[in-house]
Amino acid sequence: MRGLIGRKVGMTQVFDHEGRRMGVTVLRVGPCTVLQVKSENGKDGYGALVEAFEDIEEKKLTRPELGKFKHAGITPKRVIREFRMPQHFLDDVAVGDELTCEMFQVGDFVDVVGTSKGKGFTGVMKRHNMLGTPGGHGCHEYFRHGGSIGMHTYPGRVMKGKRMAGQHGNSRITVQNIRVVGVDGTRNLVLLEGGVPGANGGLVMVKASRKKDRQGMDD
Amino acid sequence: MNIVDLIGRTQMREDIPRFRGGDTVRVHVKIREGDKERVQAFEGVCISRHKNGAASTFTVRKLSYGVGVERIFPLHSPKIQKIDVISRGRVRRSRTYYLRGLRGKAARIKELRDQAE
Repeated sequence: MRGLIGRKVGMTQVFDHEGRRMGVTVLRVGPCTVLQVKSENGKDGYGALVEAFEDIEEKKLTRPELGKFKHAGITPKRVIREFRMPQHFLDDVAVGDELTCEMFQVGDFVDVVGTSKGKGFTGVMKRHNMLGTPGGHGCHEYFRHGGSIGMHTYPGRVMKGKRMAGQHGNSRITVQNIRVVGVDGTRNLVLLEGGVPGANGGLVMVKASRKKDRQGMDD
Repeated sequence: MNIVDLIGRTQMREDIPRFRGGDTVRVHVKIREGDKERVQAFEGVCISRHKNGAASTFTVRKLSYGVGVERIFPLHSPKIQKIDVISRGRVRRSRTYYLRGLRGKAARIKELRDQAE
């Protein structure tokens, strides 16, 4: 299991070896510094890698935050994220190690976690793809509603989880099994086939695919 | 220059001749049939060029057995072997979509002559 923190740069297109056009997302991934290694046998009780990304001025952090970096002996960073992984991936990493995007190779599959673009308070048609109401035949002031939301005296209430209008977007989204089509170690860039959640400049976590990674988990 | 444009630049071809909407072009396209690869030409009037860096395209229109056929090519596609510019058209707009509504004599485009001639 491998994972890194990065930012979405933007989208463009490339031609594959057969000359087909392919939309790709460009991510600036890493370099990340290992802030902490959590071990299954240690006091944390589970295996994980805590990584830090993007340098930041010391004065922008609070003293407790700064203490974390001082303790690990690394320069202050803006972003801290934790990646769960089984113990055998953690044996050869130490606090202070630099991890770069070269841990990914062309042809690998990754999962990308990002924060989707916020759409605000949104009606049911946009949020849940409901159909609304046919406009014709005297339909009046009732075009974008979701229709009935329940039954009658029994049960006399609206079922939990009924899809209604509300906040849409701006939530944590994972997209699985995205193919890596390019890695540029000198510029810390990774090219992924297709889209990735979030706006350009948004923070993303790139992890080896849970379902399709070649070095999949053994257990 | 931003990173996305830099990546696009690596995808672009340098060997594309100058042509614009209204010009007649012959596009030599590589076609794969099984293991064999051959080249097919598509000749017609370029009715539009869509400029978008590496994702640029152009549209070629021709009449095939009396039926209008339009094909959109990615300008920088490696599947294009070469583009010949057959003639330059004297047109007053860059997107000659009005050709779609015309046929026969009316659909002709005058050739652009150099000023000297």
